Amino acid sequence: MWEYTDKVKDHFLNPRNAGEIEDADGVGEVGSLACGDALTLYFKLDENKRIKDAKFQTFGCASAIASSSALTEMIKGLTLEEAKKITNEDIADFLGGLPKEKMHCSVMGRDALEKAIANYLGEEEKRVEGEIVCECFGVTDQEIERVVRENNLSTIEDVTDYVKAGGGCGSCHEKIQEIIDSILGREHPVKKKPAKLTNIQKIRMIEETLEREIKPALKKDGGDIELIDVDGNTVFVRLHGMCATCSKSQVTLKHYVETKLRELVFPELEVEEVQQ
Amino acid sequence: MKVIYVDNNATTKVAPEVLQEMLHYFSEFYGNPSSMHSFGGQVGLKLKEARAKIANLIGAEPDEILFTSCGTESDSTAIRAAIISNPDKKHIITSRVEHPAVKNLCEYLSKNGYRVTFVPVDREGRLDLDFLYRNLSDDTAIVSTMWANNETGVIFPIEEIVQVVKERGIVFHTDAVQAVGKVPVDVRKVEVDMLSISGHKIHAPKGVGSLYIRKGTKYSPFLIGGHQEKGRRGGTENVASIIGLGKAGELAIDNIGKESVRVKYLRDKLENEILKRIPNSMVNGDRENRLPNTTNISFEFVEGEAILLMMDEFGICASSGSACTSGSLEPSHVLRAMGVPFTAAHGSIRFSLSVYNTEEEIDYIIEKLPPIITRLRELSPFWKA
Repeated sequence: MWEYTDKVKDHFLNPRNAGEIEDADGVGEVGSLACGDALTLYFKLDENKRIKDAKFQTFGCASAIASSSALTEMIKGLTLEEAKKITNEDIADFLGGLPKEKMHCSVMGRDALEKAIANYLGEEEKRVEGEIVCECFGVTDQEIERVVRENNLSTIEDVTDYVKAGGGCGSCHEKIQEIIDSILGREHPVKKKPAKLTNIQKIRMIEETLEREIKPALKKDGGDIELIDVDGNTVFVRLHGMCATCSKSQVTLKHYVETKLRELVFPELEVEEVQQ
Repeated sequence: MKVIYVDNNATTKVAPEVLQEMLHYFSEFYGNPSSMHSFGGQVGLKLKEARAKIANLIGAEPDEILFTSCGTESDSTAIRAAIISNPDKKHIITSRVEHPAVKNLCEYLSKNGYRVTFVPVDREGRLDLDFLYRNLSDDTAIVSTMWANNETGVIFPIEEIVQVVKERGIVFHTDAVQAVGKVPVDVRKVEVDMLSISGHKIHAPKGVGSLYIRKGTKYSPFLIGGHQEKGRRGGTENVASIIGLGKAGELAIDNIGKESVRVKYLRDKLENEILKRIPNSMVNGDRENRLPNTTNISFEFVEGEAILLMMDEFGICASSGSACTSGSLEPSHVLRAMGVPFTAAHGSIRFSLSVYNTEEEIDYIIEKLPPIITRLRELSPFWKA
């Protein structure tokens, strides 16, 4: 059960200004049936260019209907300049707050208002700006950036609550995190790319790893390891000292050397032992 | 305000007879059933009785009944037991419409070394049996499909599936938490290896469940600890709830008869009247093979949460498969697997009845629901009357 304020419940059960304005000056449509919520906002101006009347039609849950109803009440009597300043936070505040998971309903209200104003001003339907990040809900990087900035969001979950991005398959989470990090000025760790190494580079890295990490460990047990050859992804090594005669050498190789090399050089490596 | 409870696939009322039995086992007979003294021993005897009652409900031997903490634990125990005791097999078959208890476990396993085949369903929610059979392989450790679906009530042909799966020597488990107590379930006739039961779906309390394990099935405990449940599940028994479950099992035998006649009559009346009175409404799921207490109806162009909250104003308790109620932003995975269009999936409502519902209650819903849908449609930009 959602914890809705009395004001949300009131605007849901007794929505203000539901319906259509046939000769509206501005109309804004957002959302879709597929997304689970959609809103069409209409407004009519008076001779002083103030919003005389506003109406809405909403398909959606209780908080979507309440947000739409609240929005129409809020913009009545405002000039378009004033109306433009309304943020999604203002809509939520008007209702005494919305559950965090429902903040996208207030964002939908603001988007519809912007579209309706643009429609009145004769601005061309803005093409989708930016690049689609969330394919499930068709949300772009610019939309995510905006909502993160305006609402001081800091986690992927926040972004999902506000614009739904990341709430479907989840494959865009990394991208959303990058956007959040860049806005918050966080250093984003550059992902190590599985770089194409030349054979020489590969051998050098393997040698270094053997010297630095593996040999010291084996020497503790009185053993040693020698690099014989590298063929593609297969590393041929020879064991010396205690390691060579130890019946556990296979285990040592597979579980220790290979793990270390895969971790520090690259993950596809395989280790083969060359007999004395 | 009077509560009209038609959400019995979510949970049920504890039957008064069940509560009555349980009450003695908190501060009166509180002994540990494993104790050597007779004060604890007498409790052990009550557990034995409860085990026999649950066994009787599904045609099993008492030894084949394990008590757990819930349906989810039963499902997890069954699937994990099968894969642990067949370590060289790395394939699991389940359906796309399972309860999260099975679905999410299988998704987890698919990221941890197992190959999982999710069998699709058709538009009516019927399992694609050929697809299932085609995917059986020597690598398959377990097939787990539900007996009846919690959202639509659609019943799968478990008897037929079991025969094919068993012929291949593969372990078969069924999550029967929605079926037990509503339709006859008999493991002598339908030879499943393991079967999950949940207490709170059959008028026992929450926090108790059971797993049937056919004699001879390879097993490995999920909760490792003491010797309780013959070493098959460690942990001191939830005595009062198990005794309650036993009583509920006894009552269920009687209820199955009522379900198939009276509850079904009420469900059919509710469903038919709604379809008749509300245009652009449709039933989701195979109406031929369905639990007698469940109906899942979609109302096009309106959203489920809004319907639920308006019904809530009248004390009517149901549930929805809409995005806003599923805990995620997408509508129910069951309806999506069935290919129910978005126009309908977001506006789906599940009514699930029990033997405690009355005809007056059903008439009340029939009276209150149509104006709610009309009102929400009037608000909707997609509704063109």
